[in-house]
Amino acid sequence: MSNNRRPDPEQLLRQLQAEEQFYRRGRLKIFLGYAGGVGKSFRMLDEARRRRERGEDVVVGAMQLKVSPEVEALLQRMVVIPLRSVNGVPTMDVDAILRRHPQVCVVDGLAYDNPPGSAHPKRWQDVEHLMSSGISVVATVNLQHIEERREQVAKITGKHVTDTVPESFLRNADEIEIVDAPPDFCLQRSSGDLGANGTGPGRSLPQLLSELREIALLLAADVVDYQLEAYLVRHGIEQLWGAHERILVCVSPYADAAKMIASGKRNADRFHGELFVAYMNQPDLTPEEKAVLDKNLALAREASARIEALDGEDPSRTIMLFARAHGVTQIFLTNRTRSHWWDRIVGRPLDHLIRAAENIDVRVFPA
Amino acid sequence: MTFECFQHKMPHMSESPHRGKLKIFLGYAAGVGKTYQMLDEAHKLKDEGVDIVLGYFEPHGRKDTIAKAGGLELVPRRQIEYRGATFGETDVQAILRRRPQVCVIDEFAHTNIPGSQHAKRWEDVKDLLRAGIDVLTTMNVQHLESLNDQVWQFTGIRVRETIPDWVVKQADEVVMVDLPPQALLNRLMRGVVYTPEKARQAMENFFKESTLVALRELAIRQTAHEVDIRHSVQNELEAVGPGNANLDVLSAPGPRSSECILILISEDPSSAALIRRGRRVADYLQASCLAVCILRDGNLHAIPAGQREAVEKHMQFARNLQIEPSVLQGEDVAQTLVDFARSHKVTQIFIARPQQKTWPVVFGRGLVERVVRLAQDIQVTIVAERRR
Repeated sequence: MSNNRRPDPEQLLRQLQAEEQFYRRGRLKIFLGYAGGVGKSFRMLDEARRRRERGEDVVVGAMQLKVSPEVEALLQRMVVIPLRSVNGVPTMDVDAILRRHPQVCVVDGLAYDNPPGSAHPKRWQDVEHLMSSGISVVATVNLQHIEERREQVAKITGKHVTDTVPESFLRNADEIEIVDAPPDFCLQRSSGDLGANGTGPGRSLPQLLSELREIALLLAADVVDYQLEAYLVRHGIEQLWGAHERILVCVSPYADAAKMIASGKRNADRFHGELFVAYMNQPDLTPEEKAVLDKNLALAREASARIEALDGEDPSRTIMLFARAHGVTQIFLTNRTRSHWWDRIVGRPLDHLIRAAENIDVRVFPA
Repeated sequence: MTFECFQHKMPHMSESPHRGKLKIFLGYAAGVGKTYQMLDEAHKLKDEGVDIVLGYFEPHGRKDTIAKAGGLELVPRRQIEYRGATFGETDVQAILRRRPQVCVIDEFAHTNIPGSQHAKRWEDVKDLLRAGIDVLTTMNVQHLESLNDQVWQFTGIRVRETIPDWVVKQADEVVMVDLPPQALLNRLMRGVVYTPEKARQAMENFFKESTLVALRELAIRQTAHEVDIRHSVQNELEAVGPGNANLDVLSAPGPRSSECILILISEDPSSAALIRRGRRVADYLQASCLAVCILRDGNLHAIPAGQREAVEKHMQFARNLQIEPSVLQGEDVAQTLVDFARSHKVTQIFIARPQQKTWPVVFGRGLVERVVRLAQDIQVTIVAERRR
C-alpha cells in the first residue's frame, strides 16, 4: 500500500505553520455561480443575516450598485460600510473595514478590478488583506471570472472579461458553495452580465447557460476534490477511494495504442475524470520499438493525458503501486503476447495484475 | 421563476401535453436544505398564482422547514395499517382528485409500506406525472442505484432505498442543493438536523467530514452529468428538428452510440455490483446494455433452488435497471459468452473479478483468461468488487 499520503517531517512542519496561520487568519467562504442572476448575492446576504442573528458581528463591505428587490430588502437589515470613491470610481473601503474590524465582512463580486491608485489592483487582494487581519469574508464570484476558465467560457459566450480571480484563490477558500439553478431561472433574473445578446456563435441562450452550468459544477467538483485530498493529507488518512474516475492506460513499445488511448480519452471525458498514460522505462529498445513508443506517447500528449514513466522490476506490481497511489479506478491494457516485460503482464502475469487489482477495474483491449 | 417557464422547460423531454414535468432537488446528506429549498420554490410558484399542493412532506421536526410549509395546502396522508402500526403514505388518489398544477412530494427514494398502491414512491410520482401534474421532489445522491457500491465504500452503509438511474434521467431538471460539509456539521451540532443523541451517533458514522466531502463531490459530478446529458440530447434534437421527441412517461431512453455492453451474471453475489457498474458505464457512454446468464442446461429449473433464487434475483435486478437478461444454454461459459457477444455486436464484455478462494491455481484454466483469449476483437472489462 502506498505511503504517499503520509506527511513527511517537512510536511508536518508546514502543516503546523499552516494551522497557526489558520487560527489567526479570517476564514473565507465563496459562493460560486455560473452566470448573473442565479441568486449568489441573495444567498450570501441570507447567510450574513443568519450569522448576525446568531450573534456574529457582520458588515457589508461591497455590493453591486444595482441589486434585486429581494437583495435590497436583506441589505436594509445589515450594517453597510459605504464604498469610497477613488478617482470617481466607487471602491471597497478597506481601511474603513479594518478600522471597524468586524468578525465577518460581506464582499460581492470578488473579481472586481480596483481603479488605479487603490492599495491593490484586484478586489480579491483586498480580501486577502482583510483575512490576514483576522476578518472572515463571505464573497461571491461568477464562473466567467475564474482566470483559468476564462478562455473556455469566452468560447461559449463570445465575451471576454478582464477582471479575474485565480482558481487557486478558490481552492484555498475554507468553504465554497455552489449556487445552482436551472438556466431559465437566471434568464428571468439576469442582472445583465449575460444578457440576451451574450450568446456566442450557434447557440441558443438556454443552451449556453446549460453549458456554463456544467463547467461551473465541474470546477466546483475539482475544488472539492482538491480539498478532499488536502483533508486526507492533513489528517494522514489513507483512502483508496475517490468520487472521481481516474483511468490509467498502459502503453508499450510493442503495440500501437491508438485505439486504447482514444477510448481512454473518451471515457475520461464522459466521466469528467482524469487520464494517465504510463509506460515502463527500459533500456535497449530497437529503433522500431522506440518509434512505436514515441508514437504512443505523442498520442497520449495529444489526448492531454498525464504521462508517467515507471521504473520497477515487476511490471504488474509497479503498475499497481502507481495505480493505488493515484487513486486509479480503471486500468486499460492490451492483450498482446509479445516479447519482453509485456509478455509477463499479458501471459500469466495478467492474472497477477487482475488479482492485485482490488477496487480497480481492468479493461483488456484486443491487440 | 414563473410557472410558465417551469411548464416549458426542457421541451425536448416530452412534447406530450399530458405529461407533467419532474424536478429533482439533489443533495448529498440529510440537512443540506433540500426540502427547504423545494418549499421555497413552492411558495414562489404559489405567489405567481400556480395551484400547488404538498402531496407528501417530511418535516423531520425541523423548525425552519415546518415554518416554511406554512401557507401551503397539504393533501392529508393516507393511513395504512401494517403489523399493528399505522403509517402515513402519499395519497395518490386524493391528489389525482384534487388535480393541482404542481405537487410537492418529499423524499423521492422512499419505499412505501406494504399495502400501498405501489412499492416505491417514485412509482406514485409516475402516476402524478402521467396525469399531467408537475412534481417537485428531493433525493440524495446516495439513493442512485448505480452509485450504491461506491457509496458503501465511502460510508460503510448499504443504502437500501434506491432509485434506478433511468428514473432520474427522465427528470426534466436536476438541481443541486449545496452546503459545505463544515456548515452541515455545524448545523448538526446546533441540533438543527437531528436530536442531540441522534446527531452524536450520526457524526460517528455517516457524518464524518471526509465522507461528506466525498459524497458532496459525487453529487456535484452527478449534477454536472445530468446537465451534460440534457444539453447533449437537446443539441441533437435541435439538429433533428422539433416534433420528434415524444418519450413515454419515465421510460428508459434509448442508446445513442454504437457501443454495446454485455454483462455476465451468475448466482455469485458479485453480480449485483457488476450489473450496477456495467449500467453506469453504459449510461455514461450512451451505450446499450445486455446481460446473460449461462447454464449447462439453459434451464433455470434444472439448477438447485438456492442457486436459482440467486440468479433470478440478479436477473430481476438487471430488469429494474432496464437491462433485459437472457438465459443461455452452454457447456463452455467462455465460448458461449463470446459467441453471444459477437452475434450481438457487443463491444465490451463485463465479467466479475474472480474471488480469491475460487482463483485457479493455473491461470490458463480460469474463466477470465479464456474470455480474454477468445474475445479477440472485443474489449473485456474485469470488474473488481469495491472493498473498504
